[in-house]
Amino acid sequence: MASVNRSVVAHNTPAVPAISVNDLHKRYGTVEVLKGIDFRAHDGEVVSILGASGSGKSTFLRCLNLLELPSAGRLQIFGEKVNLRPSGSNLRIGDRNQVDRLRTQVAMVFQNFCLWSHMTVLENLMEAPVHVQRRSRGQVRDEAEAMLKRVGLIDRAKAYPAQLSGGQQQRAAIARALVMKPRVLLFDEPTSALDPELVGEVLKVMRDLAAEGRTMLIVTHEMAFARDVSSRIVFLEQGRINAEGLPQELFRGGVSERFDQFIARFNQG
Amino acid sequence: MTPGMFDLLGFGPQGWGLPLLQAAGITISAALCGFLLGSVFGIGGATLKLARSPVLRLIGQAYTTIFRGVPEILVVYLFYFGGSVVLTTLLNTGGFPGFYSLPSFVMGVFAVGIVSGAYQAEVYRSAYLRLDRGQIEAGASCGMSKFLLLRRIIGPQTLRFALPALGNIWQSALKETSLLSVIGLTELLRQAGTAAGSTRQPLLFYAVAAAMFLVIGRMTGAVLGRMENHLAKPWRR
Ligand SMILES: Nc1ncnc2c1ncn2[C@@H]1O[C@H](COP(=O)(O)OP(=O)(O)OP(=O)(O)O)[C@@H](O)[C@H]1O
Ligand SMILES: [Mg+2]
Repeated sequence: MASVNRSVVAHNTPAVPAISVNDLHKRYGTVEVLKGIDFRAHDGEVVSILGASGSGKSTFLRCLNLLELPSAGRLQIFGEKVNLRPSGSNLRIGDRNQVDRLRTQVAMVFQNFCLWSHMTVLENLMEAPVHVQRRSRGQVRDEAEAMLKRVGLIDRAKAYPAQLSGGQQQRAAIARALVMKPRVLLFDEPTSALDPELVGEVLKVMRDLAAEGRTMLIVTHEMAFARDVSSRIVFLEQGRINAEGLPQELFRGGVSERFDQFIARFNQG
Repeated sequence: MTPGMFDLLGFGPQGWGLPLLQAAGITISAALCGFLLGSVFGIGGATLKLARSPVLRLIGQAYTTIFRGVPEILVVYLFYFGGSVVLTTLLNTGGFPGFYSLPSFVMGVFAVGIVSGAYQAEVYRSAYLRLDRGQIEAGASCGMSKFLLLRRIIGPQTLRFALPALGNIWQSALKETSLLSVIGLTELLRQAGTAAGSTRQPLLFYAVAAAMFLVIGRMTGAVLGRMENHLAKPWRR
Protein backbone atom coordinates (compact mmCIF):
# COMPACT_ATOMS: atom_id res chain seq x y z
CA MET A 1 0.00 0.00 0.00
CA ALA A 2 2.76 2.39 0.92
CA SER A 3 4.21 2.23 -2.56
CA VAL A 4 1.05 3.47 -4.28
CA ASN A 5 1.48 6.93 -5.67
CA ARG A 6 -1.65 8.81 -4.85
CA SER A 7 -2.51 12.20 -6.19
CA VAL A 8 -5.75 12.46 -4.28
CA VAL A 9 -5.44 12.69 -0.58
CA ALA A 10 -8.99 11.94 0.36
CA HIS A 11 -12.36 11.75 -1.21
CA ASN A 12 -15.73 11.98 0.37
CA THR A 13 -16.50 8.34 0.67
CA PRO A 14 -20.16 7.41 0.21
CA ALA A 15 -21.43 4.59 2.34
CA VAL A 16 -21.15 1.46 0.23
CA PRO A 17 -18.68 1.18 -2.65
CA ALA A 18 -20.02 -0.37 -5.84
CA ILE A 19 -16.94 -2.53 -5.96
CA SER A 20 -14.47 -3.15 -3.23
CA VAL A 21 -11.39 -5.32 -3.60
CA ASN A 22 -8.98 -6.22 -0.84
CA ASP A 23 -5.56 -7.73 -1.34
CA LEU A 24 -6.51 -9.48 -4.57
CA HIS A 25 -4.01 -11.99 -5.91
CA LYS A 26 -4.13 -14.06 -9.06
CA ARG A 27 -1.70 -16.84 -9.88
CA TYR A 28 -1.43 -18.93 -13.00
CA GLY A 29 0.56 -21.91 -11.82
CA THR A 30 3.62 -20.37 -10.23
CA VAL A 31 3.33 -17.02 -12.01
CA GLU A 32 1.68 -14.34 -9.94
CA VAL A 33 -0.12 -11.96 -12.29
CA LEU A 34 -1.92 -9.85 -9.67
CA LYS A 35 0.12 -9.23 -6.56
CA GLY A 36 -2.26 -7.74 -4.06
CA ILE A 37 -4.70 -5.19 -5.44
CA ASP A 38 -6.69 -2.90 -3.19
CA PHE A 39 -9.33 -1.02 -5.02
CA ARG A 40 -12.67 0.67 -4.55
CA ALA A 41 -15.09 2.11 -7.07
CA HIS A 42 -18.04 4.19 -6.01
CA ASP A 43 -21.34 4.74 -7.74
CA GLY A 44 -20.98 7.16 -10.61
CA GLU A 45 -17.22 6.87 -10.90
CA VAL A 46 -15.54 6.34 -14.25
CA VAL A 47 -12.25 4.63 -13.60
CA SER A 48 -9.75 4.06 -16.39
CA ILE A 49 -7.29 1.26 -15.83
CA LEU A 50 -4.05 1.87 -17.67
CA GLY A 51 -0.86 -0.12 -17.87
CA ALA A 52 1.59 -1.80 -20.19
CA SER A 53 0.73 -4.99 -21.97
CA GLY A 54 0.89 -7.89 -19.54
CA SER A 55 0.53 -5.72 -16.45
CA GLY A 56 -2.63 -7.57 -15.46
CA LYS A 57 -5.37 -5.14 -16.52
CA SER A 58 -7.60 -7.74 -18.19
CA THR A 59 -7.03 -10.25 -15.43
CA PHE A 60 -8.06 -7.69 -12.84
CA LEU A 61 -11.20 -6.66 -14.72
CA ARG A 62 -12.17 -10.29 -15.35
CA CYS A 63 -11.82 -11.05 -11.65
CA LEU A 64 -14.50 -8.44 -10.93
CA ASN A 65 -17.01 -10.34 -13.06
CA LEU A 66 -15.56 -13.65 -11.82
CA LEU A 67 -14.62 -14.78 -15.30
CA GLU A 68 -11.29 -15.33 -13.57
CA LEU A 69 -11.27 -16.53 -10.00
CA PRO A 70 -8.85 -14.75 -7.72
CA SER A 71 -6.28 -16.95 -6.01
CA ALA A 72 -6.63 -14.94 -2.83
CA GLY A 73 -8.29 -11.80 -1.59
CA ARG A 74 -11.72 -10.43 -0.90
CA LEU A 75 -14.28 -9.02 -3.28
CA GLN A 76 -17.42 -7.09 -2.37
CA ILE A 77 -20.01 -5.94 -4.84
CA PHE A 78 -22.44 -3.32 -3.50
CA GLY A 79 -21.41 -4.33 -0.04
CA GLU A 80 -22.21 -7.97 -0.68
CA LYS A 81 -19.27 -10.21 0.02
CA VAL A 82 -18.64 -12.61 -2.87
CA ASN A 83 -18.62 -16.09 -1.46
CA LEU A 84 -15.24 -17.58 -2.42
CA ARG A 85 -13.95 -20.71 -0.77
CA PRO A 86 -10.34 -21.78 -0.44
CA SER A 87 -9.48 -24.75 -2.62
CA GLY A 88 -5.85 -25.80 -2.51
CA SER A 89 -3.83 -22.66 -3.11
CA ASN A 90 -6.69 -21.00 -5.01
CA LEU A 91 -10.25 -19.89 -4.45
CA ARG A 92 -13.34 -21.38 -5.95
CA ILE A 93 -16.91 -20.19 -6.23
CA GLY A 94 -18.83 -20.79 -3.04
CA ASP A 95 -22.29 -19.88 -4.27
CA ARG A 96 -23.03 -20.34 -7.96
CA ASN A 97 -26.37 -18.52 -7.75
CA GLN A 98 -24.82 -15.52 -6.11
CA VAL A 99 -22.21 -15.29 -8.85
CA ASP A 100 -24.80 -15.58 -11.62
CA ARG A 101 -26.91 -12.90 -9.95
CA LEU A 102 -24.00 -10.52 -9.41
CA ARG A 103 -22.80 -10.98 -12.97
CA THR A 104 -25.92 -9.33 -14.34
CA GLN A 105 -25.10 -6.38 -12.10
CA VAL A 106 -21.50 -6.11 -13.25
CA ALA A 107 -21.74 -6.33 -17.02
CA MET A 108 -18.76 -6.87 -19.24
CA VAL A 109 -17.96 -5.46 -22.68
CA PHE A 110 -15.23 -7.36 -24.51
CA GLN A 111 -12.50 -6.36 -26.89
CA ASN A 112 -13.85 -8.73 -29.55
CA PHE A 113 -17.51 -7.81 -28.97
CA CYS A 114 -18.45 -11.47 -28.51
CA LEU A 115 -21.98 -11.05 -29.72
CA TRP A 116 -23.69 -14.41 -30.21
CA SER A 117 -23.41 -15.08 -33.90
CA HIS A 118 -26.53 -17.23 -34.22
CA MET A 119 -28.80 -14.49 -32.89
CA THR A 120 -29.89 -11.21 -34.41
CA VAL A 121 -28.84 -8.00 -32.74
CA LEU A 122 -32.23 -7.70 -31.04
CA GLU A 123 -32.08 -11.32 -29.88
CA ASN A 124 -28.62 -10.69 -28.49
CA LEU A 125 -29.99 -7.83 -26.42
CA MET A 126 -33.00 -9.77 -25.18
CA GLU A 127 -31.19 -12.99 -24.30
CA ALA A 128 -29.95 -12.32 -20.78
CA PRO A 129 -32.88 -10.17 -19.59
CA VAL A 130 -35.37 -12.84 -20.71
CA HIS A 131 -33.48 -16.03 -19.86
CA VAL A 132 -31.30 -15.01 -16.95
CA GLN A 133 -33.25 -12.22 -15.33
CA ARG A 134 -36.58 -13.73 -16.36
CA ARG A 135 -38.15 -10.40 -17.18
CA SER A 136 -41.21 -10.29 -19.40
CA ARG A 137 -40.38 -10.64 -23.08
CA GLY A 138 -42.59 -7.80 -24.26
CA GLN A 139 -41.16 -5.30 -21.84
CA VAL A 140 -37.61 -6.42 -22.56
CA ARG A 141 -38.23 -6.04 -26.28
CA ASP A 142 -39.36 -2.44 -25.80
CA GLU A 143 -36.33 -1.67 -23.68
CA ALA A 144 -33.98 -3.41 -26.09
CA GLU A 145 -35.38 -1.43 -29.00
CA ALA A 146 -35.04 1.79 -27.06
CA MET A 147 -31.44 0.89 -26.29
CA LEU A 148 -30.75 0.15 -29.96
CA LYS A 149 -32.18 3.55 -30.87
CA ARG A 150 -29.87 5.07 -28.37
CA VAL A 151 -26.73 3.53 -29.84
CA GLY A 152 -27.97 4.23 -33.36
CA LEU A 153 -28.62 0.64 -34.40
CA ILE A 154 -32.39 0.34 -34.49
CA ASP A 155 -32.35 -0.16 -38.26
CA ARG A 156 -29.98 -3.11 -37.76
CA ALA A 157 -32.09 -4.85 -35.09
CA LYS A 158 -32.81 -7.85 -37.31
CA ALA A 159 -29.28 -8.14 -38.69
CA TYR A 160 -26.84 -10.80 -37.53
CA PRO A 161 -23.52 -9.77 -35.98
CA ALA A 162 -21.58 -10.99 -39.03
CA GLN A 163 -23.43 -8.43 -41.10
CA LEU A 164 -22.29 -5.49 -38.96
CA SER A 165 -19.11 -3.44 -38.94
CA GLY A 166 -16.85 -3.74 -35.90
CA GLY A 167 -18.03 -0.40 -34.57
CA GLN A 168 -21.66 -1.42 -34.92
CA GLN A 169 -20.95 -4.76 -33.23
CA GLN A 170 -19.31 -3.05 -30.29
CA ARG A 171 -22.19 -0.59 -29.95
CA ALA A 172 -24.58 -3.55 -30.00
CA ALA A 173 -22.48 -5.28 -27.36
CA ILE A 174 -22.65 -2.18 -25.16
CA ALA A 175 -26.41 -2.09 -25.65
CA ARG A 176 -26.56 -5.78 -24.74
CA ALA A 177 -24.81 -4.99 -21.47
CA LEU A 178 -27.09 -2.01 -20.79
CA VAL A 179 -30.43 -3.83 -21.15
CA MET A 180 -29.51 -5.96 -18.15
CA LYS A 181 -29.63 -2.70 -16.17
CA PRO A 182 -26.26 -3.37 -14.58
CA ARG A 183 -24.99 -1.12 -11.86
CA VAL A 184 -21.41 -1.32 -13.08
CA LEU A 185 -20.06 -1.58 -16.62
CA LEU A 186 -16.69 -3.20 -17.25
CA PHE A 187 -14.93 -2.50 -20.54
CA ASP A 188 -11.84 -4.44 -21.61
CA GLU A 189 -10.17 -2.50 -24.41
CA PRO A 190 -13.47 -1.90 -26.18
CA THR A 191 -11.88 -0.14 -29.16
CA SER A 192 -8.67 -2.13 -29.60
CA ALA A 193 -10.08 -4.48 -32.22
CA LEU A 194 -11.57 -1.67 -34.30
CA ASP A 195 -10.34 0.00 -37.44
CA PRO A 196 -9.21 3.53 -36.51
CA GLU A 197 -12.12 5.18 -38.30
CA LEU A 198 -14.62 3.18 -36.19
CA VAL A 199 -13.14 3.98 -32.78
CA GLY A 200 -14.89 7.34 -32.51
CA GLU A 201 -18.45 6.03 -32.72
CA VAL A 202 -17.84 3.63 -29.83
CA LEU A 203 -16.05 6.20 -27.68
CA LYS A 204 -18.95 8.59 -28.27
CA VAL A 205 -21.40 6.07 -26.82
CA MET A 206 -19.10 5.56 -23.85
CA ARG A 207 -18.75 9.31 -23.31
CA ASP A 208 -22.54 9.62 -23.19
CA LEU A 209 -22.75 6.81 -20.66
CA ALA A 210 -20.11 8.46 -18.50
CA ALA A 211 -21.94 11.78 -18.76
CA GLU A 212 -25.14 10.26 -17.44
CA GLY A 213 -23.35 9.12 -14.31
CA ARG A 214 -22.85 5.43 -14.99
CA THR A 215 -20.33 3.53 -12.95
CA MET A 216 -17.70 2.36 -15.41
CA LEU A 217 -14.34 0.61 -15.21
CA ILE A 218 -12.47 0.87 -18.47
CA VAL A 219 -9.28 -0.83 -19.53
CA THR A 220 -8.06 1.22 -22.46
CA HIS A 221 -5.13 2.41 -24.48
CA GLU A 222 -7.06 5.51 -25.59
CA MET A 223 -5.13 8.03 -23.51
CA ALA A 224 -7.04 11.11 -24.60
CA PHE A 225 -10.29 9.40 -23.75
CA ALA A 226 -9.01 8.25 -20.37
CA ARG A 227 -7.79 11.76 -19.57
CA ASP A 228 -10.99 13.50 -20.63
CA VAL A 229 -13.66 11.12 -19.44
CA SER A 230 -12.36 9.38 -16.31
CA SER A 231 -12.99 10.59 -12.84
CA ARG A 232 -9.99 8.54 -11.76
CA ILE A 233 -7.05 6.71 -13.29
CA VAL A 234 -5.55 3.53 -11.96
CA PHE A 235 -2.13 2.64 -13.30
CA LEU A 236 -1.18 -1.02 -13.06
CA GLU A 237 2.37 -2.16 -13.25
CA GLN A 238 3.41 -5.79 -13.00
CA GLY A 239 0.33 -6.80 -11.11
CA ARG A 240 0.29 -3.93 -8.66
CA ILE A 241 -1.38 -0.55 -8.57
CA ASN A 242 1.54 1.75 -9.13
CA ALA A 243 -0.34 5.02 -9.24
CA GLU A 244 -3.87 6.22 -8.78
CA GLY A 245 -5.54 9.59 -8.97
CA LEU A 246 -7.37 12.29 -10.87
CA PRO A 247 -6.51 12.24 -14.56
CA GLN A 248 -5.41 15.86 -14.75
CA GLU A 249 -3.00 15.37 -11.87
CA LEU A 250 -1.53 12.09 -13.08
CA PHE A 251 -1.18 13.32 -16.62
CA ARG A 252 0.48 16.53 -15.43
CA GLY A 253 3.36 14.30 -14.40
CA GLY A 254 5.47 13.96 -11.31
CA VAL A 255 3.14 11.67 -9.38
CA SER A 256 4.72 8.42 -10.55
CA GLU A 257 7.93 8.06 -12.47
CA ARG A 258 6.73 4.80 -14.03
CA PHE A 259 3.48 6.38 -15.16
CA ASP A 260 5.36 9.29 -16.72
CA GLN A 261 7.61 6.81 -18.56
CA PHE A 262 4.56 4.87 -19.69
CA ILE A 263 2.95 8.01 -21.10
CA ALA A 264 6.20 9.16 -22.70
CA ARG A 265 6.63 5.80 -24.40
CA PHE A 266 3.02 5.94 -25.43
CA ASN A 267 3.32 9.39 -26.97
CA GLN A 268 6.34 8.28 -28.97
CA GLY A 269 4.00 5.69 -30.49
CA MET B 1 -48.90 -66.06 -68.68
CA THR B 2 -46.00 -64.60 -66.68
CA PRO B 3 -46.78 -61.33 -64.97
CA GLY B 4 -45.21 -58.16 -66.41
CA MET B 5 -42.97 -55.74 -64.61
CA PHE B 6 -45.85 -53.48 -63.62
CA ASP B 7 -47.81 -56.38 -62.18
CA LEU B 8 -44.77 -57.44 -60.13
CA LEU B 9 -44.22 -53.98 -58.75
CA GLY B 10 -47.87 -53.06 -58.47
CA PHE B 11 -50.34 -53.49 -55.66
CA GLY B 12 -52.35 -56.30 -57.26
CA PRO B 13 -52.42 -59.94 -56.15
CA GLN B 14 -49.06 -60.67 -57.79
CA GLY B 15 -47.57 -57.29 -56.93
CA TRP B 16 -44.77 -56.65 -54.44
CA GLY B 17 -45.53 -52.94 -54.21
CA LEU B 18 -47.04 -52.94 -50.74
CA PRO B 19 -44.41 -55.21 -49.09
CA LEU B 20 -41.67 -53.11 -50.65
CA LEU B 21 -43.20 -49.88 -49.38
CA GLN B 22 -43.60 -51.37 -45.93
CA ALA B 23 -40.00 -52.50 -46.02
CA ALA B 24 -38.96 -49.00 -47.03
CA GLY B 25 -40.88 -47.75 -43.98
CA ILE B 26 -38.88 -50.18 -41.80
CA THR B 27 -35.65 -49.00 -43.39
CA ILE B 28 -36.48 -45.36 -42.73
CA SER B 29 -37.58 -46.01 -39.15
CA ALA B 30 -34.53 -48.11 -38.37
CA ALA B 31 -32.23 -45.49 -39.88
CA LEU B 32 -33.96 -42.64 -38.09
CA CYS B 33 -34.03 -44.37 -34.70
CA GLY B 34 -30.46 -45.55 -35.16
CA PHE B 35 -29.26 -42.10 -36.13
CA LEU B 36 -31.05 -40.40 -33.23
CA LEU B 37 -29.75 -42.97 -30.77
CA GLY B 38 -26.39 -42.34 -32.43
CA SER B 39 -26.58 -38.65 -31.65
CA VAL B 40 -27.10 -39.51 -27.99
CA PHE B 41 -24.03 -41.79 -28.09
CA GLY B 42 -22.24 -39.22 -30.23
CA ILE B 43 -22.82 -36.33 -27.84
CA GLY B 44 -21.84 -38.60 -24.95
CA GLY B 45 -18.73 -39.74 -26.81
CA ALA B 46 -17.76 -36.18 -27.70
CA THR B 47 -18.24 -35.11 -24.07
CA LEU B 48 -15.96 -37.94 -22.94
CA LYS B 49 -13.35 -37.07 -25.55
CA LEU B 50 -13.40 -33.45 -24.42
CA ALA B 51 -13.32 -34.29 -20.71
CA ARG B 52 -10.55 -33.02 -18.51
CA SER B 53 -10.01 -36.43 -16.92
CA PRO B 54 -7.59 -38.60 -18.93
CA VAL B 55 -9.53 -41.72 -17.99
CA LEU B 56 -12.76 -40.36 -19.44
CA ARG B 57 -10.92 -39.22 -22.56
CA LEU B 58 -9.50 -42.71 -22.95
CA ILE B 59 -12.97 -44.25 -22.66
CA GLY B 60 -14.28 -41.88 -25.33
CA GLN B 61 -11.31 -42.62 -27.53
CA ALA B 62 -11.76 -46.38 -27.10
CA TYR B 63 -15.43 -46.13 -28.01
CA THR B 64 -14.85 -44.26 -31.26
CA THR B 65 -11.82 -46.34 -32.23
CA ILE B 66 -13.53 -49.67 -31.67
CA PHE B 67 -16.82 -48.94 -33.37
CA ARG B 68 -15.26 -47.19 -36.32
CA GLY B 69 -12.68 -49.93 -36.73
CA VAL B 70 -14.82 -53.08 -36.50
CA PRO B 71 -16.84 -54.08 -39.59
CA GLU B 72 -20.41 -52.99 -39.04
CA ILE B 73 -21.88 -56.35 -39.84
CA LEU B 74 -19.85 -57.77 -36.97
CA VAL B 75 -21.30 -55.18 -34.64
CA VAL B 76 -24.76 -56.20 -35.80
CA TYR B 77 -24.01 -59.89 -35.15
CA LEU B 78 -22.40 -59.15 -31.81
CA PHE B 79 -25.36 -57.18 -30.56
CA TYR B 80 -28.00 -59.49 -31.87
CA PHE B 81 -26.52 -62.88 -31.04
CA GLY B 82 -24.54 -61.64 -28.07
CA GLY B 83 -27.64 -59.99 -26.70
CA SER B 84 -29.71 -63.13 -27.24
CA VAL B 85 -27.13 -65.33 -25.52
CA VAL B 86 -27.03 -63.00 -22.54
CA LEU B 87 -30.80 -62.86 -22.36
CA THR B 88 -31.15 -66.64 -22.67
CA THR B 89 -28.53 -67.27 -20.00
CA LEU B 90 -30.23 -64.83 -17.68
CA LEU B 91 -33.67 -66.34 -18.21
CA ASN B 92 -32.40 -69.93 -17.99
CA THR B 93 -30.70 -69.30 -14.68
CA GLY B 94 -33.83 -67.54 -13.54
CA GLY B 95 -35.76 -70.77 -14.14
CA PHE B 96 -37.13 -70.15 -17.62
CA PRO B 97 -35.72 -72.80 -19.97
CA GLY B 98 -35.50 -72.45 -23.73
CA PHE B 99 -33.84 -70.07 -26.19
CA TYR B 100 -34.82 -66.45 -26.30
CA SER B 101 -33.96 -63.96 -28.99
CA LEU B 102 -34.22 -60.22 -28.93
CA PRO B 103 -36.43 -58.29 -31.33
CA SER B 104 -34.29 -57.71 -34.40
CA PHE B 105 -35.56 -54.16 -34.90
CA VAL B 106 -34.50 -53.07 -31.43
CA MET B 107 -31.11 -54.75 -31.59
CA GLY B 108 -30.56 -53.53 -35.13
CA VAL B 109 -31.31 -49.94 -34.17
CA PHE B 110 -28.95 -50.33 -31.27
CA ALA B 111 -26.16 -51.58 -33.53
CA VAL B 112 -26.69 -48.81 -36.09
CA GLY B 113 -26.84 -46.28 -33.28
CA ILE B 114 -23.65 -47.30 -31.60
CA VAL B 115 -21.70 -47.29 -34.86
CA SER B 116 -23.24 -44.02 -36.03
CA GLY B 117 -22.54 -42.55 -32.60
CA ALA B 118 -18.84 -43.35 -32.94
CA TYR B 119 -18.71 -41.29 -36.11
CA GLN B 120 -20.96 -38.57 -34.74
CA ALA B 121 -18.78 -38.19 -31.64
CA GLU B 122 -15.89 -37.03 -33.78
CA VAL B 123 -18.14 -34.58 -35.62
CA TYR B 124 -19.61 -33.08 -32.43
CA ARG B 125 -16.16 -32.85 -30.89
CA SER B 126 -14.67 -30.90 -33.75
CA ALA B 127 -17.79 -28.72 -34.06
CA TYR B 128 -17.49 -27.85 -30.38
CA LEU B 129 -13.84 -26.97 -30.81
CA ARG B 130 -14.79 -24.50 -33.53
CA LEU B 131 -16.94 -22.45 -31.14
CA ASP B 132 -15.77 -18.96 -30.29
CA ARG B 133 -14.73 -19.16 -26.63
CA GLY B 134 -15.42 -15.44 -26.32
CA GLN B 135 -19.11 -15.96 -27.01
CA ILE B 136 -19.33 -18.60 -24.31
CA GLU B 137 -17.55 -16.25 -21.92
CA ALA B 138 -19.94 -13.48 -22.88
CA GLY B 139 -22.80 -15.77 -21.88
CA ALA B 140 -21.17 -16.65 -18.59
CA SER B 141 -20.47 -12.97 -17.92
CA CYS B 142 -24.22 -12.29 -18.23
CA GLY B 143 -24.92 -14.78 -15.47
CA MET B 144 -25.96 -17.71 -17.64
CA SER B 145 -25.78 -21.03 -15.84
CA LYS B 146 -23.90 -23.95 -17.44
CA PHE B 147 -27.19 -25.46 -18.54
CA LEU B 148 -28.48 -22.23 -20.05
CA LEU B 149 -25.19 -21.75 -21.91
CA LEU B 150 -25.50 -25.25 -23.29
CA ARG B 151 -29.09 -24.77 -24.34
CA ARG B 152 -28.92 -21.27 -25.76
CA ILE B 153 -25.41 -20.89 -27.13
CA ILE B 154 -23.21 -23.98 -27.18
CA GLY B 155 -25.94 -26.35 -28.42
CA PRO B 156 -27.26 -24.32 -31.37
CA GLN B 157 -23.83 -23.27 -32.54
CA THR B 158 -22.36 -26.76 -32.26
CA LEU B 159 -25.28 -28.12 -34.25
CA ARG B 160 -24.70 -25.53 -36.92
CA PHE B 161 -21.04 -26.52 -37.27
CA ALA B 162 -21.81 -30.24 -37.07
CA LEU B 163 -24.69 -30.38 -39.50
CA PRO B 164 -22.82 -30.67 -42.81
CA ALA B 165 -20.83 -33.67 -41.61
CA LEU B 166 -23.86 -35.15 -39.84
CA GLY B 167 -25.57 -35.23 -43.23
CA ASN B 168 -22.95 -37.67 -44.49
CA ILE B 169 -23.26 -39.80 -41.39
CA TRP B 170 -27.02 -39.92 -41.85
CA GLN B 171 -26.54 -41.25 -45.39
CA SER B 172 -24.23 -43.97 -44.03
CA ALA B 173 -26.72 -44.92 -41.32
CA LEU B 174 -29.41 -45.21 -43.95
CA LYS B 175 -27.33 -47.59 -46.03
CA GLU B 176 -26.16 -49.56 -43.00
CA THR B 177 -29.70 -50.56 -42.19
CA SER B 178 -29.43 -52.99 -45.10
CA LEU B 179 -27.06 -55.00 -42.91
CA LEU B 180 -29.95 -55.65 -40.56
CA SER B 181 -31.31 -58.10 -43.15
CA VAL B 182 -28.83 -60.62 -41.70
CA ILE B 183 -30.66 -60.68 -38.38
CA GLY B 184 -34.01 -61.16 -40.04
CA LEU B 185 -35.32 -57.62 -40.16
CA THR B 186 -37.59 -57.24 -43.15
CA GLU B 187 -36.11 -54.02 -44.39
CA LEU B 188 -35.79 -53.00 -47.99
CA LEU B 189 -32.91 -55.28 -49.02
CA ARG B 190 -34.38 -58.37 -47.38
CA GLN B 191 -37.81 -57.77 -48.86
CA ALA B 192 -36.28 -57.27 -52.29
CA GLY B 193 -34.37 -60.52 -51.84
CA THR B 194 -37.56 -62.39 -50.93
CA ALA B 195 -39.34 -60.97 -53.95
CA ALA B 196 -36.35 -61.73 -56.18
CA GLY B 197 -36.32 -65.34 -55.00
CA SER B 198 -39.99 -66.02 -55.37
CA THR B 199 -40.34 -64.33 -58.78
CA ARG B 200 -36.89 -65.22 -60.17
CA GLN B 201 -36.44 -61.59 -61.09
CA PRO B 202 -33.41 -60.59 -59.00
CA LEU B 203 -32.25 -57.84 -61.33
CA LEU B 204 -35.60 -56.09 -61.27
CA PHE B 205 -36.09 -56.20 -57.53
CA TYR B 206 -32.55 -55.34 -56.55
CA ALA B 207 -32.60 -52.44 -58.99
CA VAL B 208 -35.88 -51.25 -57.50
CA ALA B 209 -34.42 -51.53 -53.99
CA ALA B 210 -31.39 -49.54 -55.09
CA ALA B 211 -33.61 -46.88 -56.60
CA MET B 212 -35.65 -46.67 -53.41
CA PHE B 213 -32.52 -46.23 -51.30
CA LEU B 214 -31.42 -43.47 -53.63
CA VAL B 215 -34.75 -41.67 -53.49
CA ILE B 216 -34.91 -41.87 -49.70
CA GLY B 217 -31.33 -40.66 -49.48
CA ARG B 218 -31.88 -37.76 -51.82
CA MET B 219 -35.12 -36.66 -50.19
CA THR B 220 -33.79 -36.71 -46.65
CA GLY B 221 -30.57 -35.14 -47.89
CA ALA B 222 -32.55 -32.24 -49.32
CA VAL B 223 -34.28 -31.71 -45.96
CA LEU B 224 -30.95 -31.72 -44.15
CA GLY B 225 -29.51 -29.37 -46.74
CA ARG B 226 -32.28 -26.88 -46.10
CA MET B 227 -31.73 -27.13 -42.37
CA GLU B 228 -28.02 -26.59 -42.88
CA ASN B 229 -28.70 -23.56 -45.02
CA HIS B 230 -31.08 -22.14 -42.48
CA LEU B 231 -28.67 -22.57 -39.58
CA ALA B 232 -25.73 -21.17 -41.54
CA LYS B 233 -27.59 -18.03 -42.54
CA PRO B 234 -26.50 -15.88 -39.57
CA TRP B 235 -22.84 -16.47 -40.42
CA ARG B 236 -23.17 -15.11 -43.94
CA ARG B 237 -22.28 -11.52 -44.57
N1 LIG C 1 -4.85 -18.09 -18.68
C1 LIG C 1 -3.60 -17.66 -18.44
N2 LIG C 1 -2.62 -18.54 -18.15
C2 LIG C 1 -1.36 -18.13 -17.91
N3 LIG C 1 -0.97 -16.85 -17.93
C3 LIG C 1 -1.89 -15.92 -18.20
C4 LIG C 1 -3.24 -16.27 -18.47
N4 LIG C 1 -3.93 -15.14 -18.73
C5 LIG C 1 -3.04 -14.13 -18.62
N5 LIG C 1 -1.82 -14.59 -18.29
C6 LIG C 1 -0.60 -13.77 -18.07
O1 LIG C 1 -0.92 -12.81 -17.11
C7 LIG C 1 -0.28 -11.60 -17.40
C8 LIG C 1 -1.30 -10.48 -17.40
O2 LIG C 1 -2.20 -10.68 -18.44
P1 LIG C 1 -3.36 -9.67 -18.78
O3 LIG C 1 -4.09 -10.21 -19.94
O4 LIG C 1 -4.14 -9.40 -17.55
O5 LIG C 1 -2.56 -8.37 -19.19
P2 LIG C 1 -3.10 -7.01 -19.79
O6 LIG C 1 -2.61 -5.95 -18.90
O7 LIG C 1 -4.55 -7.08 -20.02
O8 LIG C 1 -2.33 -6.92 -21.17
P3 LIG C 1 -2.82 -6.40 -22.60
O9 LIG C 1 -2.67 -4.91 -22.58
O10 LIG C 1 -1.86 -7.03 -23.54
O11 LIG C 1 -4.21 -6.85 -22.79
C9 LIG C 1 0.40 -11.78 -18.74
O12 LIG C 1 1.78 -11.99 -18.50
C10 LIG C 1 -0.22 -13.01 -19.31
O13 LIG C 1 0.71 -13.71 -20.07
MG1 LIG D 1 -5.80 -7.21 -21.78
